[in-house]
Amino acid sequence: MFGELSHLALQQYWWVIVSLLGAILVFLMFVQGGQTLIYTIGKTDLERTMLVNTLGRKWEFTFTTLVTFGGAFFASFPLFYSTSFGGAYWVWIIILFAFVLQAVSYEFRTRPNNFFGAKTFETFLFINGLIGTIFIGTAVATFFTGSAFSVNDMNQSQWELTTHGLEAAFNLHNLSLGLAVFFLARVLGLLYFINSVAHPEMEKRARKQLLFNGIPFVVFFLTFLIWLLLRDGFAVNPDTQEVFMEPYKYFHNLIAMPVVLIMLLIGVVAVLFGLIASIISENCTRGIWSAGAGTILTVLSLLLVAGFNNTAFYPSTFDLQSSLTIQNASSSHFTLTAMSYVSLLVPFVLAYIIYVWRAINNKPIDEDEMSSDDLHIY
Amino acid sequence: MFENIDLTLVNWSRAQFALTAMFHWLFVPLTLGLGFIVAFMESIYVKTGDEEWKRITKFWMKLFGINFAIGVATGIILEFEFGTNWSNYSWFVGDIFGAPLAIEGIMAFFLESTFIAVMFFGWGKVSKKFHLTATWLTAIGANLSALWILVANAWMQNPVGMKFNPETARNEMVNFWDVFLSETAVNKFLHTTTSGYVLASIFVVGISAWFLLKKRHILFAKRSIVIASVFGIVSSIMLIGTGDGSAREIARNQPMKFAAMESLFEGQTQAPLIAIGLFGKAPDDPLNKESESDFLVKIEIPNMLSYMAFLKVDAFVPGIKDLVLGNEARGIISYKEKIHRGYEAQQVLRAFKEAKNNDLEEYNRLKAKFDDKEWVDNYFRYFGYGNYYDEDPNQLEINAFKIVPPISISFYAFHIMVGLGMHFLLLFVVLLWLTARNKIEDKKIVLYTALWTIPLAYVASQAGWIVAEMGRQPWVIQDLMPTMKAVSKIDSTSVMITFWLFTITFVGLAIAEVKIMTKQIKNGPKEGGDK
Repeated sequence: MFGELSHLALQQYWWVIVSLLGAILVFLMFVQGGQTLIYTIGKTDLERTMLVNTLGRKWEFTFTTLVTFGGAFFASFPLFYSTSFGGAYWVWIIILFAFVLQAVSYEFRTRPNNFFGAKTFETFLFINGLIGTIFIGTAVATFFTGSAFSVNDMNQSQWELTTHGLEAAFNLHNLSLGLAVFFLARVLGLLYFINSVAHPEMEKRARKQLLFNGIPFVVFFLTFLIWLLLRDGFAVNPDTQEVFMEPYKYFHNLIAMPVVLIMLLIGVVAVLFGLIASIISENCTRGIWSAGAGTILTVLSLLLVAGFNNTAFYPSTFDLQSSLTIQNASSSHFTLTAMSYVSLLVPFVLAYIIYVWRAINNKPIDEDEMSSDDLHIY
Repeated sequence: MFENIDLTLVNWSRAQFALTAMFHWLFVPLTLGLGFIVAFMESIYVKTGDEEWKRITKFWMKLFGINFAIGVATGIILEFEFGTNWSNYSWFVGDIFGAPLAIEGIMAFFLESTFIAVMFFGWGKVSKKFHLTATWLTAIGANLSALWILVANAWMQNPVGMKFNPETARNEMVNFWDVFLSETAVNKFLHTTTSGYVLASIFVVGISAWFLLKKRHILFAKRSIVIASVFGIVSSIMLIGTGDGSAREIARNQPMKFAAMESLFEGQTQAPLIAIGLFGKAPDDPLNKESESDFLVKIEIPNMLSYMAFLKVDAFVPGIKDLVLGNEARGIISYKEKIHRGYEAQQVLRAFKEAKNNDLEEYNRLKAKFDDKEWVDNYFRYFGYGNYYDEDPNQLEINAFKIVPPISISFYAFHIMVGLGMHFLLLFVVLLWLTARNKIEDKKIVLYTALWTIPLAYVASQAGWIVAEMGRQPWVIQDLMPTMKAVSKIDSTSVMITFWLFTITFVGLAIAEVKIMTKQIKNGPKEGGDK
């Protein structure tokens, strides 16, 4: 079935899958956003424990999606993996540390004799929410703004700046996306609390915070988006594979791919709808679903803009011709085919995740549950 | 040949990866085995409805959760480090190595992380049977994750199912099943996971023995010992069987590793196996033509090594010197010759790249070489050896002796692993026998032995990692890529800084983990059963 597809078709298929995983990851970062709000929304130890536990039932999904996103990117576009991870060393290491700290914090936070104390683990969760979101956003923005690296004829790469990726955080356009992702994660975290915690006081606080986080999100996101549409982009000549700068490249991509444009518009509207409806109406508890689906659509369309329509998805500002495209960075036809068969498992995986999510979340978390003897409490 | 290589960077990168992998491997074996042990216990609970079994299940499940978290935290580091520290490697083999990692995420990690949530938060929310299914799926998911990463690791030790593409300058997969079902992959998976089952069984019997010594939770402890000893005995037998399979496979595919594990310098027929050995002077200090093993103490089993390697007592087992210097009578090519051939293959690739833009005829001629099976089998397969080339023949010979793993470490790690494995099997049998005859509570020596075997299980497990990973040095991909060529081009100071950051983090995490774990164990299972 997949074996008969052209190499390009498989490359495109895998770019869609990787983009989709990235999009789901950004949605699931509501966990990270929520982690930065534990002290803002929870005023007592019990309240904070409720918040930690409601996030604690989901953190592994985010984490696993991150790992799978990395694995799928490695397998389908290994040149990106070797170039970016090996070059932008410090950015990836910082992201890595932020997630390592998270992984133990839920389990260890309230265990007796935990050496560091609950506050430390809560701080780790906060750091993960702050650093994880901003740096991932910043790193993804370099798909549009470029980085200084070169790739030789043996496809071995070299980073040309000794800051090894940290320079990305000093680019305002990158930063605007980093901050947009941070505030989006907080908005989604608040919407998730409203949806899954049965506690009127905290719900009230969460709705109030929505406004304070929604506004900066919209400002940073629009800054990023408008800047993106106006800037020169890294275009690829489909005949010669030569990379060149094209004015308004990303705007042109949207016009050339109307489906992506429509996805982007629907996505943005859905995020805003979920946000605004939850601010205005006190009965609206399902804002997370509209905003979550909108997030997935928006991120997916942005990543498609980065890689499709003859665009270099990981451009080099140091040497344009070293830029990575979905064609020159991908795995072989055989490997992409083999993995495409594996990708058929994804619907089954999604099905059991949704089934289990509903089984565990069918009742919002409440104070009684926190003193249950029968459940594992973080 | 080494002038372009920053050995400080290589060493820090290796140190960082070893630190991460070994730290990760402290926690994973327990997850692999305890997952199943908990699943057995819960199965009995669901079958009998006996609340005591639920209590037992939940106690071990809690320890599973604490241990699991830290395994997850350290696992992600390895995935990132393939890219951050080994970027040349990630490109050279990404076409093959990446796929198992991706499959691992899709197939195993989601299974594990979804159903572990049911395991911990589903009591009372889902039916008993669904909960039990979730427990089983979590255990299976954990073992599936081990499957894919071990397939990837096995491929590095025995690269099969691929073809080098000179255009992209990398190895590309041509047969998925060859990669997935290679004898190295099958043995490695079975041997590694069963070692996890044995470690987890030791963990359970050791802690249960402590409860018996303290005269607390007697029924709980005895039941736990029965489950874990039976699982331990079955797993130990499988462990020995797969270890034997691994030995034969290594003797064929990685003869140098095999020779180093036994510190065998001169090849011989009817080679004896050293059961116990203690070096006087380290054999590889320095390593050259004159080197030999200097044992202070040595107890041998006659003919056993030949039999272990080739199932024939009179089989010839090549020694380290046969492999480096060659042995014409036995048809063994010397490392010097392999270096020459590898160097030629590297020159062909370089010439191919240069011809690409200016000499079409030469380009096509050179490209054809990479499709010529004979050339690939006789030259390209030694590609990595080319990195040790030197124009000066004396220097080249010195370099040839660099393609040997650290001998004393490989030797000791191998013998410690095997010796302890035998001890574990004996311990399980004794414990099961005493428990069945209801005499276990009085046998303090046995109980103390069980308790103090817990750290030994970790020692054996780490020793196994050392044999596998140090024993294959200097190769990151056997015969194709030496470790020094695999690193990312970053400054060694950056890696040094991250090495220490990881060290501090790991020490902190390890202290927290041990303190939490011991506290939970001391608290014991809940008295009076659960609601």
